[in-house]
Amino acid sequence: MTAPTTPAPADAGRATRRITVAPTDLSPTGYVLRGPGELSVRFDRRVVLMCGLLVALLIAVFLTSLAVGDFTISPGDVVRTLFGNPPDPLADFIVNGRRLPRVLVAFLVGGALGASGAVFQSLSRNPLGSPDVIGFTSGASAGAVFVILVTGGSMLQVAGGAVIGGLATAIAVYLLAYKRGVQGFRLILVGIAAGAMLTSAVHYMLMRAELIQAASAQIWLTGSLNTRAWDHVIAVGVGVALVTPMLAVLSRPMRLIEMGDEAATGLGVNAERTRLGMLLAATVLAAIAVAAAGPIAFIALSAPHLARRLTGASGAATGAAALMGAALLGVSDLVAQWVLPTPLPVGVVTVCIGGVYLVWLLAREGRRNHV
Amino acid sequence: MSEPRLHGNDLTLAYDERVISRELSVSIPDGSFTVIVGPNACGKSTLLRALARMLKPSAGAVHLDGQLITQYSTKEAARRLGLLPQSSIAPEGITVADLVSRGRYPHQRLFRQWSAADTEAVADAMANTGITDLRHRRVDELSGGQRQRVWLAMVLAQQTPILLLDEPTTFLDIAHQIEVLDLCHDLHVSHGRTLVAVLHDLNHACRYATHLIAMRDGEIVAEGAPSAIVDETLVRDVFGLACRIIDDPETGTPLVIPAAKQRVVTTA
Repeated sequence: MTAPTTPAPADAGRATRRITVAPTDLSPTGYVLRGPGELSVRFDRRVVLMCGLLVALLIAVFLTSLAVGDFTISPGDVVRTLFGNPPDPLADFIVNGRRLPRVLVAFLVGGALGASGAVFQSLSRNPLGSPDVIGFTSGASAGAVFVILVTGGSMLQVAGGAVIGGLATAIAVYLLAYKRGVQGFRLILVGIAAGAMLTSAVHYMLMRAELIQAASAQIWLTGSLNTRAWDHVIAVGVGVALVTPMLAVLSRPMRLIEMGDEAATGLGVNAERTRLGMLLAATVLAAIAVAAAGPIAFIALSAPHLARRLTGASGAATGAAALMGAALLGVSDLVAQWVLPTPLPVGVVTVCIGGVYLVWLLAREGRRNHV
Repeated sequence: MSEPRLHGNDLTLAYDERVISRELSVSIPDGSFTVIVGPNACGKSTLLRALARMLKPSAGAVHLDGQLITQYSTKEAARRLGLLPQSSIAPEGITVADLVSRGRYPHQRLFRQWSAADTEAVADAMANTGITDLRHRRVDELSGGQRQRVWLAMVLAQQTPILLLDEPTTFLDIAHQIEVLDLCHDLHVSHGRTLVAVLHDLNHACRYATHLIAMRDGEIVAEGAPSAIVDETLVRDVFGLACRIIDDPETGTPLVIPAAKQRVVTTA
């Protein structure tokens, strides 16, 4: 008796050349995309779907931001203006000269903050991990305030001061926390201490400053997207474009490090090198974002959580967190400009949204740990 | 006799200034189920970590397949030698199959993330550990014994000829301990893998090991087949425990019966 054999499909040979998508049976929503040769990429259906929805939301925010304002432009005119066919020169100036760079900076800064927060949460294995935990934001603030108070500072100089202050703090915290490699918990403790000291340094500088300078420093400290123009878009865009490939390559080994250094090393991950690379990438992203828009609060903290909740993914989903960060900051900026009775710096809105979210998160974590 | 695949020569193992072992040499016989035993803090996990390249020796060297283990890229080493650490963290919400699939990392590349061989290795690893039915469950919902089998499956999916297990039975109840050890025995016998495990229970070690390494104060006191080396003197020297050794009625291997401090009077 012979076992029934399934005849090979006639196009079996060609099938390997085509692009195919098939479930992996590793999780209910896990799929693999196969292409020519050995090319194969794993993805999660729900993550892709949710990222698609976020992109749709970004497009809606994008068009709304371009259309709404003191001078409202119809969606059709917005699209025509974008494609170089403005109904009048004023629309061209408002859309391409003012609103477009502002919304692009919002998306890039929000995306950079979201991705940066996802990396910090993964590396510190702590839901409260964010660029603030390694004292980065406080360092950047101290640097920027110093520049504003001492030199009066152009926008570019202030940005430079923020980047130098932030990076110097990040390096100092990393070295202070280093002991046969860097553990997440020690990084957080050292970062909190450094952040507290730098915050008091900022307060000291503000107390000693002239009133006008102190006021302009205070505005910077809130985080704002006012008067952001094309040079900001280019600077932030180039930085994000440089860091993104590094994030893409390192995010696979980074997710293994979430299981512990020994497990990751056993699987062939160079844990310390991966962590250093990811810290560098995340710090640069935070630096770019802070330099461009000031220390906008809570995006880096809340975007990764919201992204994870939405996608149901385990561990850090850097891409989804970036999209979520961009959407959060884009929406917040719309609210800050047009929904409230008086226009406010966007940092005020993100603090309000983020503060509520943080309280909810802490209450939830507290319940889970004590039940 | 040719050189064994995994051995360490004149190892000095230390955490910062604290030296655990000096000039320790150890060979893992190919195809053996080697078990390292010894009292707490005798350096058995430290030795295993050094063999698994988790701890860099201050002096001496570990060789794997005729080369210094540090000469391999960490991914190449991970294709030859797998490690089950004492404790690992399951990412929140991850499914069993997804966690097991992470064992395939050393065989994958950025644009070759899932091959037919990966599918097969994960299916085999789950079948061998009896967790196929759990594959869509979340790891954080499982019992301790099930979870340990999932971690073991992850290391199995790595398909390395040599497997190092750091206290794989700790925190498990007796039935799950035996289950995990039976599984190790199967892997060793029917799959021809070389296993090295650190165990706490001397009787388990005697029953399952083909090669036993007894350590005290960072030194190897005795090594060999359990029935050849385990006697009252060794147990007293290594653990400081007075005992009698009888034959295990199930397997005939040595069974350690600790001496009673005083006669226990039982009343009906």
